[in-house]
Amino acid sequence: MKADTEEARGSFKNIWVVAESLGGKVQKVTYELLGAARTLADKRKSELWCIVMGDGVADQAEELFHGGADVALVIDDPRLGRFLDEDEAAALVRLIRKHKPEVVICGATTRGRALIPRVAVTADCGLTADCTGLDIDPENGDLLQTRPAFGGNIMATIRCSNHRPQMSTVRPRVMNALALDPERSGRIIMENLLETEKTNLKKVLEIFRDTENAVNLADARFIIAGGRGVKGPEGFKLLKALAERVNGAVGASRAAVDSGWVPYNHQVGQTGQTVQATVYVACGISGQIQHLVGMQSCDYIIAIDKNPETPMMQLADVAIVGDLFEIIPELVKEIPGT
Amino acid sequence: MKIVVCVKQVPGSNDAKIDPETKRIVREGIKAVTNPFDTYAVEEAVRIKEKIGGEVVVLTMGPPRADIVLREGISVGADKAVLLSDRAFGGSDTWATSYALAKAIEKIGGVDLVICGKQAIDGDTAQVGPGIAAQLGWPQATYVMEVPRLSEDSIDVKRMHEDGWDLCRIALPAVLTVVKDINQPRIPTLRGRLAAQKIGIPTWTAADIGADSALIGLNGSPTRVVKTNPPPAREKASMKLDGTPADSARKLVHELRLRSLV
Repeated sequence: MKADTEEARGSFKNIWVVAESLGGKVQKVTYELLGAARTLADKRKSELWCIVMGDGVADQAEELFHGGADVALVIDDPRLGRFLDEDEAAALVRLIRKHKPEVVICGATTRGRALIPRVAVTADCGLTADCTGLDIDPENGDLLQTRPAFGGNIMATIRCSNHRPQMSTVRPRVMNALALDPERSGRIIMENLLETEKTNLKKVLEIFRDTENAVNLADARFIIAGGRGVKGPEGFKLLKALAERVNGAVGASRAAVDSGWVPYNHQVGQTGQTVQATVYVACGISGQIQHLVGMQSCDYIIAIDKNPETPMMQLADVAIVGDLFEIIPELVKEIPGT
Repeated sequence: MKIVVCVKQVPGSNDAKIDPETKRIVREGIKAVTNPFDTYAVEEAVRIKEKIGGEVVVLTMGPPRADIVLREGISVGADKAVLLSDRAFGGSDTWATSYALAKAIEKIGGVDLVICGKQAIDGDTAQVGPGIAAQLGWPQATYVMEVPRLSEDSIDVKRMHEDGWDLCRIALPAVLTVVKDINQPRIPTLRGRLAAQKIGIPTWTAADIGADSALIGLNGSPTRVVKTNPPPAREKASMKLDGTPADSARKLVHELRLRSLV
């Protein structure tokens, strides 16, 4: 791929955050990205733009300014109330070519990880997935992107010096949102979805929102996870009670999911999800490698198991030896309600 | 229906151990396996073929010995295999990889559907599937957990999201990436194993697929890994609580309070 000339690179400016808006609400990860991108924009003495695409999203611009954005670039179209990667990608590529941002970042969510690779390939840009650290060279604007690979076993630093814009997806829960400032305001730029961008390649026929689990694994500060030792769906009810106490989510090992005790969208690990909770409570999970790679980046790990010798009990910051069916009810009693 | 499944050879993790000092996983002397998510992709392709007829081609890019993962695909029902192998592909990032795979898919010709695993367990990027779709200009569906309906010109898929799922109808040809929930891969039969041993696998070079040398390998890769570090080691001093349940619970909650976590 031909490197952009220095002059061409110099014509790109400003830091962009691609917002995620679901059900009329700006998602937490967007505020986290605005927090991280504010630092980058200040270092580069440039503007922070937030791109929001969806149905009825024009009203969200103010909240984005409160969260740190200088400019809200809005495409408000009823069609975008559903996630059509092809149409959103086409529109975003056009906006990138028109406004030439130096950096584009987006949440490493299921939607972000679908949309942004499509944009990066079409716009001939480099893209780094699932970043957990971002820094920028204040002189030349090179973005230093840090990301875990091999299930968090290696931290790689990635640069994309010869091409603009530089694109990254960033994991939820690793960047800090700014305190919302209702005094902050900004400039709104309205754009439209073009007829040619309405590709008709995809139609969303049905949407199911999981209302039983108020907190999902990606957003959870606390995850209460269970494995074989939980013994069945009844045991998971106990875990759910503790999760509700701490406003957390329920996670599971592959063994528990394959036994049919809990649905797949709760599975943590290599063939499930990678999580970044503040507190991870592993209940009756022995800690096979495939599970550990999905949760070892959590800040504070607690393990509850009868067997003190399991890999999970070795890895944990706090290892509680005992019967989880006795210990969890005690924890529910001890922890003050939220 | 002609289906291409992209598979990748990755380091396996069954034998990995935890380093007692750093509390990180040791990955030395580990043998290569098929990326776990790709086994679900192969299975789904074979199931579609069994339902409505057609042909399944497994495709990988890698060193000559990566033929092992292709043979695994043949052993569970894929019909043909193609190995993309050339020093010129070395150092490819996800942009260059998706370009090379897309060129190979074009050369295979007449393809209706491409299926990939959600992501590979070594790079964990999940970028190559949508990258192939973008290179080909085809629609895509990622994190696919179910394929409830299929016709000649469209496919219905359920996509998993953090907050639930959605059901979409996508025009063919298209690219899917699949999660584990989609199926239960079969065990190879004896006949399958024999077929896998016997099958001739063509090796295609960059020239064979008509790849632009500026778009493959390091030349075609806008990103550069400039540094790798071990992640910060976890705190070594673990606390072990082995008193009564009530006592352990009290002590744990005390620790959580000290850290302002509850």
